[in-house]
Amino acid sequence: MTKRHAAQLALAACGLAFLILGAAQGGYQTTMAKAIRICMECIGIG
Amino acid sequence: MDRRKNMRRAEFRRKCIQLASALLYNANFAGFASGTIYKGDPKGVCVPGLNCYSCPGAVAACPLGSLQNALSAMPDKLPLYILGILMLLGLALGRLICGFLCPFGLIQELLHRIPGKKLKKGRWSRKLSWLKYAVLAVFVVAIPLWYAFTAGYPLPGFCKYICPAGTLEGGIPLVALQETLRPMAGWLFTWKTALCAAILLFCIFCYRAFCRFLCPLGAIYSLFSRVALLAFRVDEGKCDGCGLCTRVCGMDVKAVGDRECIQCGRCRHICPRGAIYFGWERNQNHEAEKTISDPAADRHTSAGGMPERQ
Repeated sequence: MTKRHAAQLALAACGLAFLILGAAQGGYQTTMAKAIRICMECIGIG
Repeated sequence: MDRRKNMRRAEFRRKCIQLASALLYNANFAGFASGTIYKGDPKGVCVPGLNCYSCPGAVAACPLGSLQNALSAMPDKLPLYILGILMLLGLALGRLICGFLCPFGLIQELLHRIPGKKLKKGRWSRKLSWLKYAVLAVFVVAIPLWYAFTAGYPLPGFCKYICPAGTLEGGIPLVALQETLRPMAGWLFTWKTALCAAILLFCIFCYRAFCRFLCPLGAIYSLFSRVALLAFRVDEGKCDGCGLCTRVCGMDVKAVGDRECIQCGRCRHICPRGAIYFGWERNQNHEAEKTISDPAADRHTSAGGMPERQ
């Protein structure tokens, strides 16, 4: 296994773990709550 | 001649993919008529490219906006969800996202097609390309964290003060379509509109200026350039170092696949030695070569399929 493959595996494992843990602690809902309201900062008002 | 024709064909294919992704990201066409934004379940997931979630057409979230929003929720909640999405996207596609799946990249490329004098890349642009990492550190990370820890309220620094995609895709259409928003548009809206106009104007003369010098999302994906699964790479055994690949490139690359390479693949068709390959292709070619080659030659190849340097 090359260093690149090891780094890819480590990143995939970390990324998946973060995604699952993040979704479990409500990350999806947090993202959703922000995305379904007009973001005043994004449009240059807030 | 064939190489040029192949390059043009590949560029056309890439433009089609860019356009398709821009339409997919903004498939809520009814929103453009009503001046409202989409509120369905996919909004909890991020698209890979820079696309404002306040665009009336947007059907999913912006990764940069979501990252700043998640950082603003600290220290109560770690931004694991969005970091996981960014890590997996970076690992799978890296800056291929910039080259193929970013609507704002497409806009910049189309603007650069307007005829006229163009700024040539050089040492100045290579140095300026580091600016996007400063934008990432200050506006995307430091400002939201500072406000989260000191003031206790969210302030997405990049979205608020810089993001031209937010102004172009969200701000201008919404202010134009919603009468209630018009009186609220003050100095900040004027600043963002002027900045957006300046960036777009600059893109006519300078290839993908925003991506090269300012885009923090490109800066994030560039961190994955060396490990991304789908990427153009150089077969060191075939490359004779002529440098044609970096000269034909509009970005500030020093080598194919480095942090500045947006994986557009133009260089692949121009390489006289055919030394540039995409993602898994080399392994496939190598396997095919192995079946017809002298078994003794296998002793000179590593386990990863790359020839060992003698």
